[in-house]
Amino acid sequence: MGRYLLRRLIFLLVSLALASVVLFVLLRLLPGDPANALTSVGASPEQIAAARRSIGSDRPLPEQFTHWLGQLASGDLGTSFVSSLPVGPEVSARLNVTVPLTLAAFVLAVVVAVPVGFVAAYRRRTWYGALLSGVSQLGIAIPVFWLGMILIAVFALNAGWLPSGGFPQDGWAAPADAVRSLVLPVVTIALVMAASLIRYVRSATLDVLGSDYLRTARALGASFPRAMWRHGLRNASVPVISVLGIELASTLLGAVVVESVFALPGLGSLLATGIAQHDYPVVQGVLFVSTLAVLLIGFAADLVQRVIDPRLRGRLSGGAR
Amino acid sequence: MSITKARKASLRGTATAAVLALGLTACGGGSGGGSASSGGTWDKNATVHIGSLYEPQNLDNTAGGGQGVTEALNGNVYEGLFRLTDDGEVENLLARDHEVSEDGLTYTFTLQDGVKFHSGKELTSADVKYSLEKVLADDSQSARKSNLEVVEDIATPDAKTVKVTLSKKSISFVYNLSYVWIINSDAKDLRTTEDGTGPYTLAKWTRGSALSLDRFAGYWGDAAASKKVVYHYYKDATALNNALLTNAVDVVTSEQSPDALEQFESNRNYKVNDGDSTTKLLLAFNDRAKPFTDARVRRAVSAAIDDKKLLESVWGGHGKLIGSMVPPTDPWYEDLTDVDTHDVAEAKKLLAEAGHAKGFSFTLDTPNYDPHPTAATFIKSQLAEVGITVKINTITPDEWYTKVYKNRDFTATLQEHVNDRDLVWYGNPDFYWGYDDKQVTEWVEQAEQAATTEEQTELLKKVNRRTAEEAASDWLYLYPQIVVASTKLSGYPLNGLNSQFHAYDIKKKG
Repeated sequence: MGRYLLRRLIFLLVSLALASVVLFVLLRLLPGDPANALTSVGASPEQIAAARRSIGSDRPLPEQFTHWLGQLASGDLGTSFVSSLPVGPEVSARLNVTVPLTLAAFVLAVVVAVPVGFVAAYRRRTWYGALLSGVSQLGIAIPVFWLGMILIAVFALNAGWLPSGGFPQDGWAAPADAVRSLVLPVVTIALVMAASLIRYVRSATLDVLGSDYLRTARALGASFPRAMWRHGLRNASVPVISVLGIELASTLLGAVVVESVFALPGLGSLLATGIAQHDYPVVQGVLFVSTLAVLLIGFAADLVQRVIDPRLRGRLSGGAR
Repeated sequence: MSITKARKASLRGTATAAVLALGLTACGGGSGGGSASSGGTWDKNATVHIGSLYEPQNLDNTAGGGQGVTEALNGNVYEGLFRLTDDGEVENLLARDHEVSEDGLTYTFTLQDGVKFHSGKELTSADVKYSLEKVLADDSQSARKSNLEVVEDIATPDAKTVKVTLSKKSISFVYNLSYVWIINSDAKDLRTTEDGTGPYTLAKWTRGSALSLDRFAGYWGDAAASKKVVYHYYKDATALNNALLTNAVDVVTSEQSPDALEQFESNRNYKVNDGDSTTKLLLAFNDRAKPFTDARVRRAVSAAIDDKKLLESVWGGHGKLIGSMVPPTDPWYEDLTDVDTHDVAEAKKLLAEAGHAKGFSFTLDTPNYDPHPTAATFIKSQLAEVGITVKINTITPDEWYTKVYKNRDFTATLQEHVNDRDLVWYGNPDFYWGYDDKQVTEWVEQAEQAATTEEQTELLKKVNRRTAEEAASDWLYLYPQIVVASTKLSGYPLNGLNSQFHAYDIKKKG
C-alpha cells in the first residue's frame, strides 16, 4: 500500500506539472489582449502599453511562465490583472460557495439515486420500476437552467419560501441565510445528477442480478438480502464509484450555469469572468486548483474502489481519474 | 467617445465597457428628470439594496475600473471638484467657486471648508493636484486623460486654492473635471480600497457578488439619507428581475430586459421609470472604405432601414428615434428624424445615382450580445429589399476592439455609444469610423475654443446637421433608460447619466 501511495503521489505531481504547462500555453493561444480589459475604448497606444507593463504581459512568455511557477511553488496564485486582488483568497472565497454546493448536491443525488436505481432494476418488470426508469430518462433530458428557473418560479417567486438567488455578502458568517440561498441550487444540481446516476445504478444492479456469483450465493443458502449485501452491492458499486468521481469533479466547474441562474459567486462564474477578461492569473488559478481537486477526487475514488474490491489492489489505478 | 454599455458580465471586462465622454461644455441642457420625489417619512437607518448588471472590475477609475466603478463610487464614495447632476448640469462640489482668467487659460478653484477624507485627513489643494496628476500620469487608464491633456500646470498657492493653467482654451474643462475623483494623496491600494470624501465609505467589496457602503459620519455636506447601501451584482438579467420581485433588491439601475417590464408595470408595488438615456445604437460605416466613401450610399442604406420598426421589435414601446448622434439631453440637440426617414424608393434612387443600381454586398461586424445580433438580422432583411446583401460576421467585444476599433479592418459595424456629448468624435478623422470632413473638424475645434456656451452650441448644431445630412453613420435609435424600483423607495436617479447612480438621496419607507 505504501508503494502504491508513493507511485500515486508521483503520478499526481507529474499530472499537475503537465497540466500547468498546458494551461499556460493554451491560455496564451486565445485571441485577444489582456490589456483590453483595463483600457478604455479611447485609449491611446501609450495607455495600452502602460496597461501591458502594469500587468507584465509585455514580458517574454518563458519569463512569465517561470514567474508563475515560482509563485505556485511558494503557494501564491498571483494577483488578478483586472481587480488587483490576490487570486488565492478569491479562489478560496468562491470555494466556500462551490464546495458546499457541490458536496450537498452530490450527497443528495446519491441518497436519491442509489435506492431508486436499485428498485428500478430489481423491480424492472413492475409498473413503478418502469416508471422510475422513465422518469430518470426524462430527467436526463431536462436542461439544468430550465429546472432552476422552474424551481425559482415555484419556491421563490410564488411561494416566497426561499430566495431566488444570491449569496449573503457575509458568507457563512450568516449561516442561516447561506444555507437558505443554497437550497434551490443544490436541489437543481442534485436532481439532474441523480437522473443520470439512477441509470448507472440500475444497469450496474442489473449486471449483478444476472451474475453467476449471486446465483451461487443463493444456491448455497444465503437469503437474497444477505447475498445482495455481501456480494451484489460490492460489485455493483465499483463502476458506480467511477461515475460518481467523474460527476463530482465535473460539477465543481460545471455548476457555472446553475451559478448564473441563481446569481451565486462560485468558482465557475469566476472562471467565466476571468476568461472573458483575459485575466490569466485568475483563469490559471481556478484551473490549477480545480485540476488538483479533480486529481484528488480521482485518487479518492480509486482508493475507495481498492478497499471495496481486492482484485484491484495489484494495479496502479483502478477507475475514475 | 464612449462605447458600449456591455450588458453581460463576460463583456464588462472588455474595453468596450469604457465610459468616456467627449465633453464640450460645462453646462448641460438638462431635462426635467431629476430624482423621483420623496413622500412622507423614511427610515434613516435603512439599508438600500441596489441591483445592477455592472460590477466594477476594480475600484480605481484611472486603472480600468470600468462602468461599474462609476455607478457605485462616483458621487457616493468619491467626489470631484464639480458634480454632473442627473439632469446633465455641472454644479460645484468640492470646489466652492472658481474663476476663469480673461484669456480663458487660467482657472482658479477655491475648495470647500471642513472637507475630510474617510481616513480622517483634511482635504487640501495638494490632494487636488495629486488627483489631477494621477489622471494625467503615463500609466493612467482614465477615459478622461486625452480631454484633460490641455492642462499645462497645476499650482497650489495655499491649502485652499488650486490654480490650473491650460495650454489652450477648453470650454469643457470644468465639465471634464466632474469626472476626476479627488483622492487622498497618501492613499494606497486604490484598486481594492478607497479614500474619498463622499457621503458613503466603502464597507466591503465581495467580488462576484456585492459591494456595500456605510454612511460616513464625518461628511462635510448633508448626510446621506440611508444608513447603508448595498450594490448587488448579477450576470443574468432574469436573475436580477427575480431579485427585485422577491424584495432582495429595491431598485434596478438599468433594466435591460424589455420583456420583463410588464410584470412590474402591472404590479403596484413597483414603479417603472422611463428616464433619458444617452446610449445610441449605431450602424457605423467605415467612411474610408468603399462603397461607404460615397455619402449617397450611406444615405441609401439609412433610408432603406425602418428604424421605428427595429426599435419597436427590440424595446416595445420604449426608446426614441433621434436621427443623429445627439440625444435630447445634450445642449445642441435637434430633432433630425426628418433627415433620416424610411423611404425605400429614395434608397433605390440614391443607389442608382451612386452606380449601385443592382446593389452590392458588404460584411457587417456584429458584437455577439444583445441587441446587436437582432439588429443585424433586421438590417439584413431590410437591405435585401433594395438589393444589398449583408453578410453578418459575429464577433466578441474583444475582437471588436482589436479588429474594428484598433485596426479599422471593417466595412460596417454595429455598436452602442453610451456617452453624452460624443458628437465631437465626428471632428476627429482618426476615429475608428474615419469620417473626414474638414469643415466639421474645424467647427468642432472652434466649439471647444468658444468663449460662450451659446457659441459652442451653435457650432455643434451645425456639426449635428451636417453629419446627419451626410449620413456619417446610421443612428438607429436612442435606448430607453429604465429604472425599476419598489414603491417604498424615493430619491433615486432616473437618468443615470454616463452610468452614474447617486445613492445618497435614496430614501426607503420603513
